[in-house]
Formats: sequence, structure tokens, C-alpha cells
Amino acid sequence: MNTEVIKEASMVMQKEMITRNYDALTSTEESGRKIASTFVPGNLNELIMSFGMLNNLPEINAIQNGMRKKSGPMIMDAERQGHSEDVCTYVKADIGQMSKGNIAPNGKPMPSPDLLLLSYTGCFTFMKWFELLRHEYGCETVMLHVPYTGDGVVTDNMRDYVVKQLKEDVIPALERVSGVKFDIDRLRENLRRSAAAEDNLVWVLESGKNVRSPIDAYFGGVYYLGPIFTAFRGTQEAVDYYRVLRGEIEKRIEQNLGPITPEGDMPEEKYRLVVEGPPNWTNFREFWKMFYDEGAVVVASTYTKVGGVYDLGFRHDPDNPIETMADYCLGCYTNRNLPTRVDMLANYVEEYQADGLLTNSIKSCNSFSAGQLMMMQEVEKRTGKPAAFIETDLVDPRYFSAANVKNRLESYFQMIEQKRAQSRVA
Amino acid sequence: MALKDIIERCTVLHEDMDFNAAKEWKAADPDRKVIGYLPVYVPEEIIHAAGMLPLGVFGGGEQLEVIHGDAYYQSYICRIPRSTIELGVTGRLDFVDGMLFPSICDVIRNLSGMWKMIQPEKFVAYFDVPQNYADGVGGEYYTKELEHLRDGFAELTGKPITNDAINQSIALYNQRRSLVREVYQFRSEYPWKALASEVYVLMRAGLVIPVEEHIAMMKEYLAAANEEDRPLRDACRVVINGSFCEQPPLNLVKTIEMAGCYIVDDDYLLGNRWLLEDLPTDGNALEVLASAFLHHSADTAAKYCAKKEEVGQFLLESVKNNKAEGVIFAAPSFCDPALLERPMLADRMTEHNVPHISFKYAENSGQMQPIREQAGTFADTLKLWS
Ligand code: SF4
Ligand code: SF4
Repeated sequence: MNTEVIKEASMVMQKEMITRNYDALTSTEESGRKIASTFVPGNLNELIMSFGMLNNLPEINAIQNGMRKKSGPMIMDAERQGHSEDVCTYVKADIGQMSKGNIAPNGKPMPSPDLLLLSYTGCFTFMKWFELLRHEYGCETVMLHVPYTGDGVVTDNMRDYVVKQLKEDVIPALERVSGVKFDIDRLRENLRRSAAAEDNLVWVLESGKNVRSPIDAYFGGVYYLGPIFTAFRGTQEAVDYYRVLRGEIEKRIEQNLGPITPEGDMPEEKYRLVVEGPPNWTNFREFWKMFYDEGAVVVASTYTKVGGVYDLGFRHDPDNPIETMADYCLGCYTNRNLPTRVDMLANYVEEYQADGLLTNSIKSCNSFSAGQLMMMQEVEKRTGKPAAFIETDLVDPRYFSAANVKNRLESYFQMIEQKRAQSRVA
Repeated sequence: MALKDIIERCTVLHEDMDFNAAKEWKAADPDRKVIGYLPVYVPEEIIHAAGMLPLGVFGGGEQLEVIHGDAYYQSYICRIPRSTIELGVTGRLDFVDGMLFPSICDVIRNLSGMWKMIQPEKFVAYFDVPQNYADGVGGEYYTKELEHLRDGFAELTGKPITNDAINQSIALYNQRRSLVREVYQFRSEYPWKALASEVYVLMRAGLVIPVEEHIAMMKEYLAAANEEDRPLRDACRVVINGSFCEQPPLNLVKTIEMAGCYIVDDDYLLGNRWLLEDLPTDGNALEVLASAFLHHSADTAAKYCAKKEEVGQFLLESVKNNKAEGVIFAAPSFCDPALLERPMLADRMTEHNVPHISFKYAENSGQMQPIREQAGTFADTLKLWS
């Protein structure tokens, strides 16, 4: 393996984007810009930006703190303050960050948000998380309740309900806080740029269908979806980023290269996996290494769909700006019912010619985890490919046991080998 | 009927994990159907108006041995979904014609999809409720969801469900609501006569028998409990909060009482008093149900609290109205709604000088000693300060 890490242009671009965004967030006192805090699934970045506001995503701060190994003490702080050991560690990392002076990942103090935009999409915790933040910050909160698609379909009633809330609650709140009048044309422009970026993102994610995948759609995937899931969807920077990224992946395909890893190009593709569930962040590199050392490539994942399921056809539509935001929120991965999620997984296993399904079951996250074991059984039944699961947590280092994960992965790879041997005999 | 007999019957109903009472009801007429529902709240009136029996499926309690359910859930997920699955896969709910999974948390939400996969031939619905309380927004959405539910039931029974029929059911459920309030009021006034463990099984019985029977049962209970001559103990008055979904074992309720606490309010079976007032019976029934939900329903962690100052207000009022001296936060392990909300409620109680303690349980918790000690110490402290 080539161990010299070459930073691709897209990586440099993304790093600069993130740095600029944190700098903008931590300098609102000088710039006078207002901040809306909101969640990744169902985030309304195009709308927030149309008011000239900045978007701060607490999950992303928790991830950043997790990757920098700062989340553990923050979580323990929150637990000392009375937060249960049983609840989502993103919430506790966020609350712990506040009690440690609310320092942003760039080392500067993060100002309190001017608005908590509670997009209640696909996760119950969101609702209480922002109630808890409101409890601390006392700032204005606006709720956008996105109904769960329990029957696997978006009904007119659901869409109308979300549209009405956007018009009657969310937009007026953003106008009030920003002092800027709603401009639908500005929103349309942002949405147009979103759709352009989304096209290239889908192309990138679907490049995992190549046998000799040029990407890792989980560990690499989380970087690829960074801009679109966060504060950049709807910006020209995101459009440029995805164009450049696509160009890089096209080259990798031409050169028959595998995914790029922190230790360079992956020399071999031994196992092709579909992964369900979020990654662990506290030991991200170590975790990833357990895969690439064994030649295991993730060719498709559901985590890369939490902030929007674009590969099934959805694009933000500038011609129907409010309705398209409603459809976007309704369609996020965890807002879909379990049979639909099983369909997606089984299709991924087939379409991406995977050897099986691996579930990373996250202690914190009921939204993902409750039902995963049955989903695995169903996918196994339908595809005939083996499924397995490992257990970790998002940002709580106490729940990452490297030895345990490694053992389970090793037995899973053996299982795949056995399956292969059996099918060769048959 | 003597109090002892009423409580005995309720206890049998509570412990019967084969739902024989509901089965007998169904067997009496081949046209009868049963709709199971999970905590916290579903509009039972619509099920009743369709001529069906609403059956509360609130987990397997201590009685049920979970063998298969654990294969469906990781260790860090609460207990109620796995015991519910156990009830399903062991065939105990085969006689049920449909299941409703109300919007309460991600676990129940995802369980609705699992049920669709387990029983694909059955009527299985996730029942969403609005978190927006404006009539023209959340109200309209909810009314349409209720229409959708009504039409689904009509399809299931093959008979339309009229507005009149729902209004008649509302009238009946008004009676039940008012009796439930009366029982709670009675317990609050005479907690030594109405033991919490008895009120618990009385309310629990209401989940599995027809509403008409439950109404009669509560009337008999009130008359019998009033007659009861029980000594007033030197116990303190507490409100229980956080137990609205997975239910504690009956032993836990008894343990709290034995440790010296009179439970003067709780959120154990909140569904039967979810709507706080009697509803009009001459309007558009679904709009009436929607409006009651939006403006006159109980507060619990599964609901969004639109204003910061309203968080904990419902609990605080309960403390005041019931002259409680303290609050016991008792939540199921791994229960996101209850455990995420708890710090906010606890702060609100502290602000108003209401002492509180908290612990977790599971529906099959066996070890009561730590809880007895904690509740006992709490009771002693309250007595010392009062
Ligand atoms: S529970 Fe899961 S989806 Fe919800 S905030 Fe936590 S990690 Fe995100
Ligand atoms: S006990 Fe709590 S977490 Fe479990 S299903 Fe009920 S509300 Fe959800």
C-alpha cells in the first residue's frame, strides 16, 4: 500500500470550507450575522441562507469533538449534571461543550444561536435536545414537525402539514430573527444549486457499483457527504466541490484504483460490504483501518442517506420551493419505515454486488438501532448474503472496544469466505 | 362487589398475558374485532364506534418470560418492545385483528414497521399525532389523520363509521374519563383508602375489557373503597413521573407505598385520562377529538412543549393540586423521552422547592431492595422537612 498521503483537491477544498464556516460562526459579533441551529436530517440550509443566516449543526460539532477525542469528558460532564447515561451521546457532548465554555472546533467561543430551528425529522431525540438547549440558552425555538412515513408513503396530508408549518411558523420566525424579508427567488437560486450538487453526489455514491469500487461509501462516504449534509447545500462552493470530486473519482475509475484511505490507495478489494448505521467517531481512523487492512470496502451505506436519500431520485426542485423542502424532510432515511429501509438495504446488496450486510449498532441511537436486528434477518433472507453486526457508540469512547469489533469483523470475513466456498461448490 | 373481589378480578386481568377477557368478548359474536394499541394514547372512541374492542398492549410485565424477543433487540433498548414482540411471535396476539402504534418515540415507531413485517396480512398502522398545536395547522392535519384511521377501520369491518356513532362513543368515554378522574381524586383525598397498587390494577383492567364494563367496575370500586376502613398511616404524599410507557412491575408500586409514600398522582396509564375534559357530543366528532388533543390533553415527554416556561408546568400543577410533598421520577431504563425530559422537569421542581428523587426500572425488575431504601429515605427526608 502506498503510505504517502496525497491530499486530493476536493479534500483541500472541503477543509477550507469547514474552516471558513467555523470562522463565520465564531465572528458573528463583528459581522452581525445571525445563527440558526438545526439538525442534519431535514436541515433547511437553502432557506436559512436565503435570510443571510448561518447554519450551525450540533451533531457536526459533536462529531468534530468526537474525532478530536474531546467528547468523552464533555459527555461525563453532562452526566454529572444529571443527564442519563442511557440517552444519545450527541446531546450530552453538546451540553458538555456548553459547560466547557462552548468552544468551537476552531478554538474560538461559539456564540449562542439566535434561533433553534427544530426540524423534527426521523428522530425523537431532536425534540428534547432542543428543548434542553432552549432550557439553557433561552433563545427562540421554532418547531417543524415532520410526520413519520409509517406506511412507507408520503401522503398529501403530511406534505400539506409540513408546507403550512414552513409558511406559517418557520419562515416568519426566520424573518423575525434575521430582520430580512423572505425572498422566494433567492431561495430558488439556492435550491437550483442544491440540485446541481446532488446530481454529482449521487454519481459519486453510485460509483461504488463498480467492481473495484473507487470509493469507500462509509468511511470515505462521510467526507463526501460533508458539504451537502451541512452548511453548504445550496452554495456555489458545494457545486464546485462535487464537480471536482466527481472528476477525481472518474480518474480513479479510469486508472482502476480502489478507494483512498488515510494510508493511501487501497491495494486490493477482497470484500464488498453494505453498511447500516452511523460510524463511530472517537476511534474513526482505527475503525476504518480494521476494514482496509482486510481489503474490505464499503460499497454502499445508509448513513450517507440520513441527510437526504438522493439516490432514489429526489432532487430539490426550485420550481416548487416550499413543497420540495417538505418532501426533502419527509424522505430522510430515518423518517422512512422499516420495510422501506429493508428494501433499500436488500437492493443495495444486490445492485452493488455486495458480499453482505454489516450493521454498526449504535448504543446512543434508537432511531437507527431499534429494529436493526430484524432488518438484518430480513436482508439475509432476501439476498442470501450473510449479515453481521458490531456494537459501538457515536462519540462516547467508553463504548468502543477495538478488540471486540476486530473479532467480530474477522469472523464476519470468514463467514463471507465460507459462503463463497459453498457457492463455488454448488 | 366487595373491594377485595374487584381487586382480585383486576389483578387476574392484569396478569393474564393471554388476554382471555378480550378473547371471550370476541368469541361472543363472529363479527367482532379487536384492535391492539401501545402506549400512550390512541382515540379509542373511533375503535369503539366501529364496534371493535380497543385492547391496550402494554408489554409483558413480570409475568411473561421473554425468549424470542431478545433476538430482536440489542441490550440497550428498553424492555417493552421485546416483550411486545414476544407476545406477537408466541401467537398470543393472533386473535387481534389490527395493531396501532402511537407516536411516542423511535422505538415504538420502528416497532410499527417490524410488526408490518411480522404480520403482513394484518391491519397495522403507525398513528401520528401533531406536535404543532394550532387548529389550522396541527389540528387540520390531525383531523385528516383521524379520518384516515376511521376509513381504515371501516374497511376492516366492512361497515362505515358514522359521525353519530363516534359521538355516542365519545359520550361513553366521557363517562369513563370522569370516573377515572373521580378515582384519582378519591385517591388523592383518601390515599389510605385507595391504595396506589389497587388503583393501578383497576386502571390497568380498563385496557383489556370493554369500556362499558370498566365504567361499571370503577363505580363499584369507588363505592367499595369508600366503605373500606383502613388506618391512616404516617406516609408522605408523592407524585410519580416518567412511567407513561413501559410499566413498572406491580411490586414496584407496592414497594413505594410500603416505603412510606402515598402516591397521590402518577402517569402510569395516562391514556385513559389523556383528554382532560369531557368532550362535546354533538359536533363533528373527529374535529372534537382533534381539538381536545391540541388544547386539553395531558402533558408528557412524548409531546413537544412549545414554550420554555411551560415545561414542567403540568407536573407542577399536579404537585400543587394533589398537595404532594415530593416527586419520584421513575423511568424505564433506556427510555429516551422520559430520561431526556427528566433534567428539565427536575430543574423546574428545584426552582419551586419540590424535593425529588429518580430511579430507573424495567417491567421485569425483580430486585426491590434498592428502590425500597431510596423511597424510604426520601419519605423520611420529606417528613423531616414538612
Ligand atoms: S438519537 Fe440518533 S438520530 Fe437522534 S440525534 Fe442521536 S444519533 Fe442522531
Ligand atoms: S419505554 Fe420509553 S423508549 Fe421504550 S418504547 Fe416506551 S417511550 Fe419508547
